[in-house]
Amino acid sequence: MTATRVSTYLAPRRRLRLAGLLTAPVLWLGLVYVVALAALLITAFWTVDAFTGQVRVEWTTENIVEVLTEALYRTVTLRTLGIAALVTVLDIIVAVPVAFFMAKIARPRMRHLLVIAMLAPLWASYLVKVYAWRALLSGNGLIEWAVAPFGGETPGYGIVGVVLTLSYLWLPYVVMPIYAGFDRVPDRLLEASADLGGRGWRTLTAVVLPMIRPAIIAGSIFAFSLSLGDYITTTIVGGSTQMLGTLVYDNVGSANNLPLAAAISLIPIGIILVYLAAVRRTGALRSL
Amino acid sequence: MSKSPSRLALRAGIAATAAVSLAACGTSGSDGGSEAASSIGDTEGSVSILAWPGYVEDGSNDPTVDWVSGFEEATGCMVDAKTYGTSDEAYQLMQSGGYDVVAASGDLTLRLVASELVAPVNTDLLENYEGIFDFLKNKEWNSVDGVSYGVPHGYGANLLMFNTDEVTPAPTSWDVVFDKASDYSGKVTAYDSPIYIADAAVYLMTHNPELGIENPYALDEDQFAAAVELLKEQNASVGEYWSDYLLEIQAFETGDSVVGTTWQVIQNSISTGNTDVVLPEEGATGWSDTWMIASDAEAPNCAYKWLDYIASPEVNATATAYFGEAPSSEAACDFRDDCEAYHAGDEEYAKQIWYWTTPIAECVDGREDVECVDYSEWTKAWQEIKG
Repeated sequence: MTATRVSTYLAPRRRLRLAGLLTAPVLWLGLVYVVALAALLITAFWTVDAFTGQVRVEWTTENIVEVLTEALYRTVTLRTLGIAALVTVLDIIVAVPVAFFMAKIARPRMRHLLVIAMLAPLWASYLVKVYAWRALLSGNGLIEWAVAPFGGETPGYGIVGVVLTLSYLWLPYVVMPIYAGFDRVPDRLLEASADLGGRGWRTLTAVVLPMIRPAIIAGSIFAFSLSLGDYITTTIVGGSTQMLGTLVYDNVGSANNLPLAAAISLIPIGIILVYLAAVRRTGALRSL
Repeated sequence: MSKSPSRLALRAGIAATAAVSLAACGTSGSDGGSEAASSIGDTEGSVSILAWPGYVEDGSNDPTVDWVSGFEEATGCMVDAKTYGTSDEAYQLMQSGGYDVVAASGDLTLRLVASELVAPVNTDLLENYEGIFDFLKNKEWNSVDGVSYGVPHGYGANLLMFNTDEVTPAPTSWDVVFDKASDYSGKVTAYDSPIYIADAAVYLMTHNPELGIENPYALDEDQFAAAVELLKEQNASVGEYWSDYLLEIQAFETGDSVVGTTWQVIQNSISTGNTDVVLPEEGATGWSDTWMIASDAEAPNCAYKWLDYIASPEVNATATAYFGEAPSSEAACDFRDDCEAYHAGDEEYAKQIWYWTTPIAECVDGREDVECVDYSEWTKAWQEIKG
């Protein structure tokens, strides 16, 4: 039998076995991830021929300097950061009670239904959902119809629309880790807290929140990083709002300036690295 | 275990990346100016076409819309078509090569000629070229130094659209989207492309004559700054910039946009009936598309056949009617009943349109004492305008 012979050959050769196991995934990671990222970083230091629009291999820090010094990029970066932070906070505020109900209060049957309900939107296309929000936010859409009797009006297309839409889009990614976090909190801890005289609020802040903090941070990484790079939602419900993603898209699509686009894309990469470093300091990554 | 193997691997990876990228960049040398063909030889059996959506229809989108099959039967050239969404996307695709024919708007044609991606076209070889309107032939966007680079296809103006309920009286000037834009704050719309800066320049030609703008695509520093300033003021009132025409249709139908720039085909598609379009008194920007042949075309004979076929009155009529623009062929209106709506062949109307042209440093209006602002600067400014 060939299989037996291969096993016999491999059994004492630990390194060969490891190589067989890891070569394909490491190649994949290396090619798709590291090489693509390295290509991006290098492109940021090249320049573009203004006449023909072709990338010229000529080392320059011009793009980086431009991105760092021009007011436009500062404004857009701050706006994007603000939107991403707001989306993250909104999602956590909604996700914590929902996840708590799913994990601790709902009966098993109800819990399964809720998990399915939470995951169901992920089955619909991203675009369909954003276009649905475009209709909702419109001047004669559902939101206007619902709040008009109370003297309100729809926020329309703009930053508020973007924040609402993104919060909706990333909610499942925040609910699921927090739900898993709550699931890991043993019920007897809650009972013990109650036995020791802890009321609901005390139990929540002293027992539950410290235990689910890593889960909340995991959820926040999803909501934050996905918002940071988004450009399609902004185009559809953002009105005239520009985000970092749209700047990158415009520089690739209409300006044909790949080096500048690469330089701009370094901003969100930098922000995410800082964010992950901060998360690591809290120790949340270890307990994930 | 020491760290050196992984570090070595990383270094090798970076080296490989650099090598691949360098190789990719090193192959862009040009082979010098290409010559126009002197005769049409045997057809090659297939032709690859790059065009706007709706320009090359073979019935696969709508069984009743098909002018490709007739071409394939008549010439034996099988058509392989690819569509693009913006002039800049088309430019990138042409750089990558592999296309024989391209339908290009005026803001793309000069770039293609300058990078020698397209070849001059010998119009004497095309039977139907004769029938093209004279005012479209040998213009600055489809010829260089009197040498033709393609066959005009169709043209249209970027019109002013307004909601007839909200914008009264009916506007006759672009001032409703510029100086008076604050009256419709949050409901003004504008075309989301750097080329829209030319719309502001057209407005300034009339309202700020002391700037001395002769051509909205040839702006020196001062003129450009004035146009950018005007657009920055407009930005405060803009609800939405559009580049997807379906979104613009929806925005006008729901009333989220009430006034702004548009295309005739959008007005034709709006079903609510409370919008109207006008060509304002200042004139307008517009597009005029040209069929061009790639300089490295593998099927130049099929390409010539296609240029001739698409310029024939009936096909030209069908294709331009489907897209919603005026035809380039004089006789095309015999096959269309909506020519009047598009002012086809109306030379006076056509003169009011400033066709999209790529802004380059060498002023396209012929001035030699100043340098004009080129398209890469336009793009940068456009992002600043949007803020």
